[in-house]
Amino acid sequence: MSAPHLAIVAPLVLSVFIPVFYRIFRHIHTGWFVLPLPILLFVYFLTFLPETMRGESFIESMNWIPSLGINFTAKVDGLGLLFALLITGIGALVVLYSIYYLAKTKEKLNNFYVYLLLFMSAMLGVVLSDNLIVMYAFWELTSFSSFLLIGYWYERDKSRYGAQKSMLITVFGGLAMLGGIILLYIMTGTFSVTKLISQANTIFNHALFVPALLCILLGAFTKSAQFPFYIWLPDAMEAPTPVSAYLHSATMVKAGIYLVARFTPVFGDHFLWFWLVTSIGILTLIWGSIFAVKQTDLKAILAFSTVSQLGLIMSLLGAGAAALHYEFLDENIYTVAVTAAIFHLINHATFKGSLFMAAGIIDHETGTRDIRKLGGLMHYMPITFTISIIGAFSMAGLPPFNGFLSKEMFFTAMVHVTEMDLFNLETWGFVFPVLAWIASVFTFVYSMILVFKTFTGKYQPEKLDKKPHEAPMGLLISPVILVSLVIIFGFFPNLLSDILISPAMASILPSLLGAGDEFMVHISFWHGLNIELFMTLGVVCLGIILYMTHSKWKKIYKAIPEKLSLNQFYDFLIEGLESVSSKVTKTYMNGSIRSYLVYIFAFFIVILVTTLIGKNAFMFDTNNVSTIGIYEVVLAILVVLGSICILFAKSRMTSIILLGAVGYTVSLFYILFRAPDLALTQLVIETISVALFLVCFYHLPKLRKFETRMRFRLTNALISVGVGTLVTLIALSAHSSKLFESISKYYVENTYTEAAGKNMVNVILVDFRGFDTLFEITVLAIASLGIFGMIKLRLNGRKEG
Amino acid sequence: MRKTNNIILETAVKVLLFFIALYSVYIFTAGHYYPGGGFIGGLMTAGAIVLLLITYDIKTVTKILPVNYRILTAIGLLFAIGTSAGSLIYDLPFLTHAFGDVHLPLLGELSIHTATLFDLGVYFVVVGVTMTIIQTIGEDE
Repeated sequence: MSAPHLAIVAPLVLSVFIPVFYRIFRHIHTGWFVLPLPILLFVYFLTFLPETMRGESFIESMNWIPSLGINFTAKVDGLGLLFALLITGIGALVVLYSIYYLAKTKEKLNNFYVYLLLFMSAMLGVVLSDNLIVMYAFWELTSFSSFLLIGYWYERDKSRYGAQKSMLITVFGGLAMLGGIILLYIMTGTFSVTKLISQANTIFNHALFVPALLCILLGAFTKSAQFPFYIWLPDAMEAPTPVSAYLHSATMVKAGIYLVARFTPVFGDHFLWFWLVTSIGILTLIWGSIFAVKQTDLKAILAFSTVSQLGLIMSLLGAGAAALHYEFLDENIYTVAVTAAIFHLINHATFKGSLFMAAGIIDHETGTRDIRKLGGLMHYMPITFTISIIGAFSMAGLPPFNGFLSKEMFFTAMVHVTEMDLFNLETWGFVFPVLAWIASVFTFVYSMILVFKTFTGKYQPEKLDKKPHEAPMGLLISPVILVSLVIIFGFFPNLLSDILISPAMASILPSLLGAGDEFMVHISFWHGLNIELFMTLGVVCLGIILYMTHSKWKKIYKAIPEKLSLNQFYDFLIEGLESVSSKVTKTYMNGSIRSYLVYIFAFFIVILVTTLIGKNAFMFDTNNVSTIGIYEVVLAILVVLGSICILFAKSRMTSIILLGAVGYTVSLFYILFRAPDLALTQLVIETISVALFLVCFYHLPKLRKFETRMRFRLTNALISVGVGTLVTLIALSAHSSKLFESISKYYVENTYTEAAGKNMVNVILVDFRGFDTLFEITVLAIASLGIFGMIKLRLNGRKEG
Repeated sequence: MRKTNNIILETAVKVLLFFIALYSVYIFTAGHYYPGGGFIGGLMTAGAIVLLLITYDIKTVTKILPVNYRILTAIGLLFAIGTSAGSLIYDLPFLTHAFGDVHLPLLGELSIHTATLFDLGVYFVVVGVTMTIIQTIGEDE
């Protein structure tokens, strides 16, 4: 296990101790125990920078299931490192923020931080695993931890709804991705991404290429909330704000982006990849931005804006894949799209993170996030206002913030798309810059709504739950750090270009680089009076007009019928699924144990009779049979008599006692056949089970009042006779067929020499086949806990009496 | 609760109980050489407690034997897994048992066996499981 492996599992290990810290140090906020870890990991990952800047990557494998090609391989390259730094860096800020956001007296902090650390580990695992199966496992773990975090306030209906929705959609996508991974394995025989990339040509010409591509994209699109799967993200906003800032804007939703970037060298050459990624990205961008304008909840605006920004990055990655068709590095104008994607990914994490935190502060200090109730907070919360305005202006793409630079580059990339001579882009390419521009106008509008509806306008204290005041220092530290980065990256974008952007690009477009080459990334503020600048000017002008007239045209949204929305469709699907499966299940699960026994035994008969006939396995051999004495005959008659009497017994008490009598008689058989251990066990078991029945009777008289006799049923009779006959037949065949030497000889010889025991049965139980016993007692323990739980909890709510 | 007079049973149980309990311990310890073992021993002990339950009622029995049977089950599992994993310390395969003879004053030659510890785990689990089931069903009113 190497250091990066340890770094991946470190949060997981720490999460084990969190409940202990929580119990022991009640007066210290549990977050303080968590905070050092992401900081430490962040610093640790920084040490990889020199290596990735040289274009090298660290790779270390640990065997897990080598026979299936599944190994825990940690790979730190430019792209993985960029994400690892985001995860740990934003993670540290979010933990710090959460310490002041979640009160230690009211919240279940132990759960919260366990889930958060679980997520951190999972996310690091996703971006640093080279083996796809391991990556998939971590990928699903992010879905689970996200589910737990969204449902953190599980007593709220909406939290549970949102948690389930996100889980269903992302796990569905994850399963599709697993399908894609398996298809890739069928094509190449490896799960390693590095090896897949080296075999990209084989994959490209394989018949399974397109299905694999679609499956992988499905995984990426559901995770990154692309159209039409984005519907889970707005509902995920029920999570506590630190979680929204961390998972649902900066990290987890970018896992899909990561996946697309990671697989660009494998799939990027294909026109389907370009068209799907770019157009779904653009569609999501414009869809999200239009719907963001409609929202009235601060976090809902941010959620839709995240959807839209993820679409932006996705479309850039799609456009960037086209660069693979131009096999030269210098003057390859299409790589700018990839540069922009990575740059915007970083920028988005900074400004969106700060905006989420600001929204959280407003919620925390005023008691509401509804912009219809908020207004005029500028004088009460000046620092929060500053944070929000910088974040929002960056998001809107205004200079001098980092969002401006990446927005300009986005326009550049989209304009370049029209110049491509591939995939029929000559005719349809113009759509991309036009849509990008329209979406940017809406982005501008919702950014303005976000800031100015909250902080300017009429102050309405009567609508607020609390008297607003500035947040405490602790809450402000994290967003202030993030907006400082917004400004720093805005003024000095090239701080990032060599250390992060260029190495990450090398991972996305490796085929464009020769040995020793690297991408020369230079981001400049002023490009001259070009088309991008005019596009931005247009965005600002139209955006201001639209913002000013917002109240007049927002009625258009009402024209879209609610019934046709994707959320309605999702709800319809879930409800339909539930009612249909409940109906189907109720047809055979009728709650009567008799029916279940009938199913089990009918199945038993069908399977075994088929095997007996199919394998021609029935055999009857009278050799090696002992003589039948008078005792055996008497006992057999007793057993048969007892069993028949049970059928005709008038009361349940009689039948129980008769059943016990049959059991005791069987144990006499064991004595006759000299098996004292079995006889003893059978005797005690019979005693205990009869007693158990009696105890039940003694305490539950009312439930068993209906001691009427069952009426005769043909199917039941057939099944019971069938089972009896079948078992007899199998027992006869088992006795008659000797396929191999019995193992009992081994036990006879070795019981004393190997295990120093004289009772063979006991030695087998505790020594030779100790594993069986170990698992049996475990199963017994689980069963008893199950019975305990079922009776004590009464989940079905059925009270007797 | 039933108000019938079962004085004969109550008196008999007071004597019988000790015999059954003692015999179950004997059967457990003798297990490695003679018929018996943890499973039967455990069941027999559980049987003794069930006899008590039938004679008196659950509340009285929990007063006499204030044992949390779920915890007993857990202890049993710990014994079993602990003895099994113990061999790993000596770099032997999981579940390798050790045995040897010791000479003790008064008792004479005794053979000591880690399998007995494993069996003790089985004993506890069986008592715990049986009693958990009977107690929860019995308490359910």
